[in-house]
Amino acid sequence: MSNLSKNKYKGYDADRSKYPETRNGEPVIDLDSHKFTKMWQGPQHPGVTGNMSVEIIVNGDEIVHAQTHVGYLHRGFEKLMERRKYIQCFPLVCRICVPEPDTNEYLVSAAMEELADITVPEKALWLRTLNLEMSRIASYLMWIGGQAGSLGMGTIGQWTVGMRDFWLDLFEEMTGGRVYHMYMVPGGVRKDLPDGFIRKARDLIVRTRKLLRDVENSFLSNAVVKSRLQGLGVITPDMVDEYGIVGPNARSCGKEYDIRLNNPYLKYDELDVKMITSTVGDAFSRAQLRYDDIHQSLDLVSEILKRIPVEGKIQAEMPNLLNWKIPAGQTYVKAESTRGEHGFYMVSDGTDKPRRVFARGASYTHAISVLEKLAQNISLSDLAALMVSLHTCPPEIER
Amino acid sequence: MEQLIKKINGMIRLRAYKKQRESLHFFTVEEAQLEMILSHLKNYEGFTHLAFLQAVDFIEDGKFQLTYMLYNYETKMNIGVLTLIDREEAETASIHKLWAHAWQYQREIHEMYGIDFPGSPRVKESFVLEGWEEMPPMRRDFDTKEYSERTFYQRPGRSTNDPAEYMKEKLYRNYPQSPAIRRDDE
Repeated sequence: MSNLSKNKYKGYDADRSKYPETRNGEPVIDLDSHKFTKMWQGPQHPGVTGNMSVEIIVNGDEIVHAQTHVGYLHRGFEKLMERRKYIQCFPLVCRICVPEPDTNEYLVSAAMEELADITVPEKALWLRTLNLEMSRIASYLMWIGGQAGSLGMGTIGQWTVGMRDFWLDLFEEMTGGRVYHMYMVPGGVRKDLPDGFIRKARDLIVRTRKLLRDVENSFLSNAVVKSRLQGLGVITPDMVDEYGIVGPNARSCGKEYDIRLNNPYLKYDELDVKMITSTVGDAFSRAQLRYDDIHQSLDLVSEILKRIPVEGKIQAEMPNLLNWKIPAGQTYVKAESTRGEHGFYMVSDGTDKPRRVFARGASYTHAISVLEKLAQNISLSDLAALMVSLHTCPPEIER
Repeated sequence: MEQLIKKINGMIRLRAYKKQRESLHFFTVEEAQLEMILSHLKNYEGFTHLAFLQAVDFIEDGKFQLTYMLYNYETKMNIGVLTLIDREEAETASIHKLWAHAWQYQREIHEMYGIDFPGSPRVKESFVLEGWEEMPPMRRDFDTKEYSERTFYQRPGRSTNDPAEYMKEKLYRNYPQSPAIRRDDE
């Protein structure tokens, strides 16, 4: 019996004789004994953006075993990219993660630029940073909705997803697209900021902060939320390396790993990014950490809007993109998405098509190894909250 | 970093080394020494974070390249440890005892490339392709077009047009001298 269930379900301390015994850390489950029920959570469920199912075995209402199944969203992007020219790969990658497509766009462009030795103009770097930070805000707003929805507070989800729509409006003005932006093309960005954009963005920052105050009062200060999320899904510092945990999930237990600070890319070395960490490691501390992170992103967007150059080129001189051959080589570029380390590993062989492109999504371990471990000995009703608190995005698991 | 490379070169003879940028280095090791090098990097050199493990198919050489991407939180360096394994008898040692999440990558590589990792948990389980009976699809000799033509069929009553032909027929028929169809690169 784990420490977690001792703390959380005090009544269970008395008699565990009806629960399965554990051998080598794994419960011994005999499904024919009629003591256990096997059931599925998913593939459709609230909060997790995409389809992913968890096959669970419950004893009463306590989960004794969980196994993640993916494959509902496999679109074979990596294979498709092997058969396409470099520029044709670009519109594919944003589909790898729907709520936050810009990280993929940036990374695939950055990998191509590094292999082809192209220098991106200063102004384009600023515009890319602005775009990435805005996408972090949009993704986090959707996450708050998921976390609140998983606890039955659908109203908060409607507030934040409504506010996310205003951010999507800004994206539409900036890039022409609401969900998939295809903005950070290899060599720079596609468009300059439209007239009046900065004023609208500043207004929206104020409105978002006002909404976040409401969210704090009704969600993070809520006794029901605290009692359900505190002590749920505790990640310990030992688990971070063992399971490859990254992003807010790792920072919530004290691991200082934020790629914007550790390996600054774009203009992050000139911006005032702070390492936000916590030491508790449970679902509530992760929620608080993400809440602080949105405020940091709002600060960064205001700072970028002040410092973005008015004049300057936004696109580097590029070769004919329809016949663009990149010299042989390989690279790994990474960026901090809202879920953690997001990376692209690209191998080129000197032809006009990549030899291999691999997208490393943070959810790959969070949704499988980590979720399967943390779901043991929690209540069935807490599983949705746990899944959302790990902030998984199934499309980036199977690409 | 140069010191580390020298040290590792003293332990084993590196087959290749490349500095991609200040914070990213690649080196190639023999397959037999791979586990030892990874364990050394993890336990003594601080490369404790396994970012990913992936395979690349170099069909023209008859080899698969395995890439183990490690990260050191202290020095903020990435190392890509590469190894080449034989394409015909694709099998290599499992590292699930070094990193608890490595089995996931090994399961995916087994499914997508047919590389076996003996002893790795759940390695034979299907990852995304349930009931797949063809050759592993990420191998470069897997013909996606042939497979889709064999497996799927056109919806009845539907005709397709070649876009280039269609455009010439519909739009440029009256303008044979139009620059749109007399471009230099055609």
